[in-house]
Amino acid sequence: MMEACVVGASTGGVSALRSLLRGLDKGFRPSVIIVQHTATEGFNVLVDLLRDSCVLPVSEAQSREPIQPGHVYLAPPRYHLLVERQHRFALSVDERVCHVRPAADVLFQSAAEVWRERLAAVVLTGANDDGARGAALVRSLGGTLIVQDPQEAEAPEMPAAALRLAGADHVLPLNRIAPMLLKLAGRANA
Amino acid sequence: MHLTDRQDIEVALFTEALRKRHGYDFGQYAPASFKRRVLGLVTALHLRSVSELTERVIHDETFIHSVIERLSVPVSELFREPQTFVALRERVLPELASYPHINIWQAGCAHGEEAYSMAILLREAGMYERCQIYATDFSDAALAKAQEGIYPAREMPLYLENYRKAGGKARLQDYCTEKYDLLKMHDELRANITFANHNLVSDGVFGEMHLILCRNVLIYFTDPLQDRVLGLFRDSLVRGGYLCIGIKESLSFSGVASDFQLLSRELPVFRRTAPRNAP
Repeated sequence: MMEACVVGASTGGVSALRSLLRGLDKGFRPSVIIVQHTATEGFNVLVDLLRDSCVLPVSEAQSREPIQPGHVYLAPPRYHLLVERQHRFALSVDERVCHVRPAADVLFQSAAEVWRERLAAVVLTGANDDGARGAALVRSLGGTLIVQDPQEAEAPEMPAAALRLAGADHVLPLNRIAPMLLKLAGRANA
Repeated sequence: MHLTDRQDIEVALFTEALRKRHGYDFGQYAPASFKRRVLGLVTALHLRSVSELTERVIHDETFIHSVIERLSVPVSELFREPQTFVALRERVLPELASYPHINIWQAGCAHGEEAYSMAILLREAGMYERCQIYATDFSDAALAKAQEGIYPAREMPLYLENYRKAGGKARLQDYCTEKYDLLKMHDELRANITFANHNLVSDGVFGEMHLILCRNVLIYFTDPLQDRVLGLFRDSLVRGGYLCIGIKESLSFSGVASDFQLLSRELPVFRRTAPRNAP
């Protein structure tokens, strides 16, 4: 059963994330952890935006914070976000990965090591190749990889790069990703 | 066994080798980011595995310096997280101005960006002559670079933006010389900075401080090491002295939280409340 879901998004990601989160219901128990690349520091705006689109609680992940089920977390701007074995967050200002910080690769890789087959990773629209290496590790440790269909993604490069390097368990249009997550979380009739 | 689990074993052995062979203890570093750094080191040095790194660390006398440099605090920026400098300028420096002599400890100085930023801030407040900045790091290689104060000129746009947001009063170009593709900080900024080796993991109090800056260092430590370091800061600060940590760091998961009072809800600047050396 899926315990956590990590999501990576870049160009076009904000509207994709809103649409994805709108599809999750109050009974969704896995933790949802999101890296959205952003050029600005005004991340609280994004937290507010996503909060409006989601029935689950949404907040910025804090250093050392215990990760709660049924909660949506966003990586803070300019910090990498990692998951530690005790299911707590860690931040880092180590160098950029794929020219970005936070990087989905960093989140995915650390989360994969912790949750293994109980993790789902989602690669959404984006114009770079961040997330692909992390996605490969998620799959190789038994987790489930969902990639947004590059043909309908606003920017196809990121999902396409993940598909090239990691393949995928599911390639789906955006509106079918939330139903798939509900199904992986064991929600009835999803 | 999956590669990632074999790597965990290798990282544990590497950590043990560093401790036994060179006396550096990384056992209380946050494991996920530490593993990333070690694997990054393997890639940067074109080695095949962490085990190869361990072998070099044990048998190669000089190799350790480049390892320690790369495992220490990463490179920063001039006036990184500029809103913190606004708070220091507006809230902290006016309070410190009443002291005839002011000791400032910048812990984990890496290549010195923050120490120079602080020197500029103090100059603009007309207080630098009365201040002594101790900028410490456990990497001698990093300290040597910090002493030089030379940064890539391509970072200048970022520095300028940070300086502007930090409420800089002059032109950043007045404090450094740009030559070829490098920026060199002016010698006068260095006048009251002492760069010194200090390891937060194993070293103790070395002076009575009025302000301690330690930003984005605690995020790399586990709870026990954080508590040790924060206890060290508490015991180093004069009563009413200030502690400034990174904007995404907090004391809320630490045992020493009650010895500090948060100055502003938005920024992680704390004031020491409990008496020194209190239990």
